[in-house]
Amino acid sequence: MSQTKPSENKAAKDASQDRQKRMIAGHFDKLSRAKEEGKKVVYTFVPGNLVELITSLGMLPVLPEINALQSGMRKLSGGFINEAERGGHSEDVCAYVKCDIGMMKKGNIGPTGLPLPEPDLLLLSYTGCFTFMKWFELLKQHYKCPVVMLHVPYQSNGEITEEMRAYVVRQLVDTVIPALEAVAGKKLDPTVLADTLARSREAEHDLVKVWESAKHRPSPIDGYFGGVYYVGPIFSAFRGGEDAVAYYRELRSEVEARMASGEGPVTPDGPSAKERYRLVVEGPPSWTHFFDFWRMFAREGATVVASTYTRVGGLYDGGFRHDPERPLESLADYCLGCYTNLSLPKRVELLERYVREYDADGFMINSVKSCNSFSVGQLLMLRQLEERTGVAGGFVESDLVDPRYFGKANIENRVQSFLQMLDARRQRSAS
Amino acid sequence: MSHPHDDPAGAVLARARALCEDMTFAEVRAWKGANPGRLVIGHMPIYSPRPLLEALGCLPIAIHGGGDQLEIIRGDSYFQSYICHIPRSTIELAVSGRLDAFDGMLFPSICDVIRNLGGMWQMLFPEKYSAYLDLPQNFDMAVGGRFYAQELRRIAGELTARGASALDQARLRDAIRDENARRAALRALDEVRVETPWLIRASEAYVAARAGGLMLAREHTALLQELVARVKERDAQPYDNVRVVVTGSFCEQPPLDLIVALEKAGCDIVDDDFMLGLRMIEGDIDEERPSGDLLDALAAAYLERGAATASRYIGAGENGAALLQKVKDCRADGVVFAAASFCDPALLDQPMLEAALGAAGVPFTSFKFAENTGQFQVIREQAGAFSDSVKLWGAA
Repeated sequence: MSQTKPSENKAAKDASQDRQKRMIAGHFDKLSRAKEEGKKVVYTFVPGNLVELITSLGMLPVLPEINALQSGMRKLSGGFINEAERGGHSEDVCAYVKCDIGMMKKGNIGPTGLPLPEPDLLLLSYTGCFTFMKWFELLKQHYKCPVVMLHVPYQSNGEITEEMRAYVVRQLVDTVIPALEAVAGKKLDPTVLADTLARSREAEHDLVKVWESAKHRPSPIDGYFGGVYYVGPIFSAFRGGEDAVAYYRELRSEVEARMASGEGPVTPDGPSAKERYRLVVEGPPSWTHFFDFWRMFAREGATVVASTYTRVGGLYDGGFRHDPERPLESLADYCLGCYTNLSLPKRVELLERYVREYDADGFMINSVKSCNSFSVGQLLMLRQLEERTGVAGGFVESDLVDPRYFGKANIENRVQSFLQMLDARRQRSAS
Repeated sequence: MSHPHDDPAGAVLARARALCEDMTFAEVRAWKGANPGRLVIGHMPIYSPRPLLEALGCLPIAIHGGGDQLEIIRGDSYFQSYICHIPRSTIELAVSGRLDAFDGMLFPSICDVIRNLGGMWQMLFPEKYSAYLDLPQNFDMAVGGRFYAQELRRIAGELTARGASALDQARLRDAIRDENARRAALRALDEVRVETPWLIRASEAYVAARAGGLMLAREHTALLQELVARVKERDAQPYDNVRVVVTGSFCEQPPLDLIVALEKAGCDIVDDDFMLGLRMIEGDIDEERPSGDLLDALAAAYLERGAATASRYIGAGENGAALLQKVKDCRADGVVFAAASFCDPALLDQPMLEAALGAAGVPFTSFKFAENTGQFQVIREQAGAFSDSVKLWGAA
């Protein structure tokens, strides 16, 4: 294995990266002024989020998972988790929840250093994760604000049925939209919603082109470590806005330029090493050691060409688009179609598709302690995927934002052993 | 308690316990042999609509893992170390052939572990029937009730396609009546526990309730009625115990010896959520509905009279209110939180319940367990210290 040190020369930021940074800073700035400006604030979750409904009513969304992962990247999550555990929260449960609660107890300061406003409403989009329900019950106890629940059925048989769609739409009409309107103090304008959804669709189209660029050799993107930046705007507060449209147009153009010139992805240490391995990754990253983890792959020329974590907020490359002609039905399909709302057999099918379509040499599962929705069944998925595709799978364990569960040496050993196994397989098939 | 042979309730309790501890499911196999063509359908905790399964001619069997009766040989290899124990032993039961007589499994929406276990079942046993039961979190009959009734109709149709009887309103009404009778018998048993806990220990009531997951409702009713009659014949004296509610064990079950350890530590367990599934519907299920469709009765029962538990959205209510009411109803002195390790629903719920108890001045203590826990000394000492402190000072 090569042992190159990180380059001293960090890569120059792409224009899209700068744009995203400005967008995020602007959003948190707006949030910090929300109360004095009379803006209403809605907390909600990433998978199946209804951000178009929130922003169409002139309200501001806050996504607690994003705050938690940002705290992880800024090395603050460990302290927040300790704070929550001191308050009686079990060491066994999701660290995102504990990080959020710890952050709340410590003053609810957002990632840009500005305070986050308290919620006027908790929009519990109950999609693909049981913990979401308890998370907002815990926040309700603290904030004493209203909660509105959207129960999204699970795709246990691998399909969205008419009954499931109708159930979600009925809840939107009967419960969710009236609750949002009550907080916003105005009625939802269907034209505004349709325009917002049209912008969502446009951005989604460009994001799919970015994902598909990884089919090229070398891949101009890293679809996991780099990919989590690409999904930032579309999974969070910005989908449906002009800023998101501009961001994805710019990103697509940059990626296509890199593809045309035969460049690989940009890594934390500058342009990537020559592409030696093409991987598919299942599972979320470990945010507390995000760059350490990325470097374990990037230094070896291992590029992630597709990942499932980047589909938790929407399976756009499966064909889904928000649709202004079918606003509520497409919002329902969006909620129902998120990756963690798929059955395990469907998840294996998707991974198999990625391995084949992106011509991957292997796949890696990062199994995180905090997320049973992702993690339960992954060892069986590993076996099934190896059998179906014939490519090798690797398995590491860590956590989302609890630094106690990232064993760097152990994980690095496993990653390197996995890549050595891919080399050995190549040599065997060449001989 | 007196020697089992002298104990009026000894025989019925021994039968219930033997049934609970039989990890070969011999009686299920015998039923299957005697009823060829009818289906055995297993279901995971917490709640499954057993009357529907009975109406379809199926034998519903509650699966609560392998407890401390099963050595895990292959089950661990399917799960990471941070996953609770019940899916390991449930997989072990299946891959070791102990569930061969089962034609299918239902996986109710408790948590992500049981949800994904259902997906694993689909991949591991594609020839068997496997269904996820998406219990609604919207409690409006016109919305969540409609969806739930559709879910039940879907499952009924799928089972019929596999050989179960077709859904028939008259048979469903009979099954609902049987279930209501069972609930009445369980209420009678619970009343004995609350009013005269020295006549029946919680560990005994537990095996009697748990056996009910392994038989038809009508048989269980007979067993419970016999038990209640027999325990009233016992010549037993009150203990100087504290009265506690145990909560948090609604899915993975504590080993029987752990419940006994709590009793020996000076606790009269006057209420618990060990076998919550059979007690989920608080009151009777309607035997008639204006729509004429008794699937609506099952839906309404769950939506309108479903017990508060960690996997059910509380909505406008307060987390902990139901537990406080339970403490009041059964005149408990305190609460013991007993959650399975890595049980997301119970452990995420617990801080909210503790806050409610704390505000109301109800003492509590907590520990975690695994279904195959073999060491109880620490828990017994902790429970003993808790009961002593409650007796001495009225608070832990």
